[in-house]
Amino acid sequence: MLHILSERLRQGHRTGKFPQQEPTLSERFRGLPQITPNLDQQQQSAAVASCPFAAVQSVAGQLQIDVGRCLFCADCPVAELGALEFSHDYRLATRSRDDLLLGDETYRLAEKLNKRMLKLFGRSLKLRQLSAGGCNACEADLNVLGTLVFDLGRFGIQFVASPRHADGIMVTGPVTENMRSALLDTYAAIPEPKLVIASGACAIGGGPFRDSPETNNGIGDLLPVDLYIPGCPPHPYTALDGLLRLLNRR
Amino acid sequence: MNRAKLISFHHGACVPLTELPCLDFPTFRESLLEEVAGDARIASFFGHPDADGVNLYAVLAHDWQGKLALLHTRVQNSFPSLTPECPQLHLFERELAEQYGLRPEGHPWLKPVRFHQNWIAAADIWGRDPDLHPIPGDMDFYQVAGEEVHEVAVGPVHAGVIEPGHFRFQCHGEKVMNLEISLGFQHRGIEQMLIGGPHPASIYQLEAAAGDTSIGHTIAYSQVLESLSTVEPSPRAYAVRAIALELERLANHVGDIGAMTGDVGYLPTSSFCGRLRGDYLNLMADLCGSRFGRGLVRPGGVQFDLNPELVDKLLQRLSVLETETRGAIELSFDSPSVLARFEGTGVLSIDAAEELGLVGVVARASGLMRDARLHHPLGGRQKLFDAPIIETDGDVFARGNVRRREIYASHRMIREALQSLQSGENRIPLGPLAPDSLAVSLCEGWRGEVVHVGLTDGQGQLARYKIVDPSFHNWAGMTMVLRGEQISDFPLCNKSFNLSYCGFDL
Repeated sequence: MLHILSERLRQGHRTGKFPQQEPTLSERFRGLPQITPNLDQQQQSAAVASCPFAAVQSVAGQLQIDVGRCLFCADCPVAELGALEFSHDYRLATRSRDDLLLGDETYRLAEKLNKRMLKLFGRSLKLRQLSAGGCNACEADLNVLGTLVFDLGRFGIQFVASPRHADGIMVTGPVTENMRSALLDTYAAIPEPKLVIASGACAIGGGPFRDSPETNNGIGDLLPVDLYIPGCPPHPYTALDGLLRLLNRR
Repeated sequence: MNRAKLISFHHGACVPLTELPCLDFPTFRESLLEEVAGDARIASFFGHPDADGVNLYAVLAHDWQGKLALLHTRVQNSFPSLTPECPQLHLFERELAEQYGLRPEGHPWLKPVRFHQNWIAAADIWGRDPDLHPIPGDMDFYQVAGEEVHEVAVGPVHAGVIEPGHFRFQCHGEKVMNLEISLGFQHRGIEQMLIGGPHPASIYQLEAAAGDTSIGHTIAYSQVLESLSTVEPSPRAYAVRAIALELERLANHVGDIGAMTGDVGYLPTSSFCGRLRGDYLNLMADLCGSRFGRGLVRPGGVQFDLNPELVDKLLQRLSVLETETRGAIELSFDSPSVLARFEGTGVLSIDAAEELGLVGVVARASGLMRDARLHHPLGGRQKLFDAPIIETDGDVFARGNVRRREIYASHRMIREALQSLQSGENRIPLGPLAPDSLAVSLCEGWRGEVVHVGLTDGQGQLARYKIVDPSFHNWAGMTMVLRGEQISDFPLCNKSFNLSYCGFDL
């Protein structure tokens, strides 16, 4: 008993001050990509052709990045061409698929839920996490939210075992063909009204497994998504920031 | 007796396919069984179809000689199963049946592995509709009948934030008589996507083959390409890879000990380790910007450098974490209530582990010394690994204690590697891959040995790429330890294995 207490004292208080205080991320962290302005057509075409995951498009003469498809690669060929740069900004979550398409405008971060939903879920949100082909990186960094550093419970958010107890589903993975019906069944088992959160590049658009015949390129039209959390995998603070924005807590 | 001369080679070699004789099946069979009866074990076994049938390749590991060997034969439609005499082939043969419609005659447990249509439009050996995607978990499960016997089905969706899989228990009261596991829910078709490569997307797919083993899989993949293009990374790049591999081991082992103590209700270690795991992931992020090591390892070397400031910072952080980790772990290993739950639970005998060809932490906890860092190192790193760790009881405690001792060994290895970094190129560009060749690569990931085999066509493109995650061998061990156990001990046994679903499903 004394051992436990003295070790407890030595380990100290570890819960972060987020969201009052911004987190310190590693210097090499790759956050929100920023498109280089005023690229000519040739530079744009080269950039579009270079991304293996079709995350960069040229729309009406303007280069645009699909943050949902972006894997934030360390050796991003588009960045090597000088067509984009990764900033240090970990805040990436959006409410709509279109908001993930970023050109030269400001990135539209997730807005809060509507009044009725906020009244229901604002102080208590129970989520059922479902991995549909997730590689265990997304899952691991959602699990981390439950540790004492992030302490998800202090925001009234909790992962629960049964969909019957849940207010929403948080999906990871590219939705493999073998998990499609389990995903739909789990969603159906959650009582209305309910939220859908797509966490990670796979769930948003198939990630590195885009166009595999064994996957569905993410949630797509299978379910109505309320929150998109980009990243491969999303940093725990990216996910937490998105959840708190949804609940009007930051 | 028919006995073929083995094509024996060291890890890292590129083997021209022309040097590999195609044996007739009886000779292949005799040679393989004789090798396995000796000191060899199966590292990989896979098929590759051509116009004359399906070529079968067996990769044998002679661990104590530090050598690998290859056997090659060709079969059509069916072949006599080797599983009855060599149980460690059981899943490899089921895989061949599923991928190429080959029937291993006499296989005692012939069921689908990942539930996908076969790859060459052959007749489905289970008679399923060829136009429809198979339904996962649609197979005959082993059943026990009798009074008071009941069946418990769990999954694919489990209670926690965890990957999907289906578990079927046959129980008498609380006692489990048999557990059968049906996976495949995570199947993303990785091996198929790699054919014709290396593609620009390939390395990212391998980083996510098992996302908690990104370093292990990318090292294995890079070694295959380096062998095929005969490029040798610099000692510095090898050292940075080794540091990353041990960091990955630290994060996962620390997390596992936290999860195991959590499952027996010992919350101090559980909560301390949960936090510490994240801190090790942050060290990885200091190295490459990703907590899971994405983007660090690349064919030819590594993509990020360790400057002296970063080396100092890592050493400093590591020494703080080391003290805190020891404090957190030793609490539970000093606590009678934890030890009472760990000791004697989920015992796996050395014989079962050897017969099933298990690897990694699980094998070492049952007394089998299998560690690719010791037996099959690359880049002259064998002198630097002197910490093979072995336990003999094969229970939850042994699996926990292997992790605990490996954590302390990893601290030391990282420190030594950081203090003795040589200068050198981070990354050497690869040339074209040798055509019509084969290379095998082994890497001791945190769960165990990751084996990749690359086989090129006449143009030097990957015609077949075979991945064996340690979980592929080890899930069978998990079913064995549950026999005769209480069903309520399943979570603890499962945590003590902590196997990958997607690494198995690919």
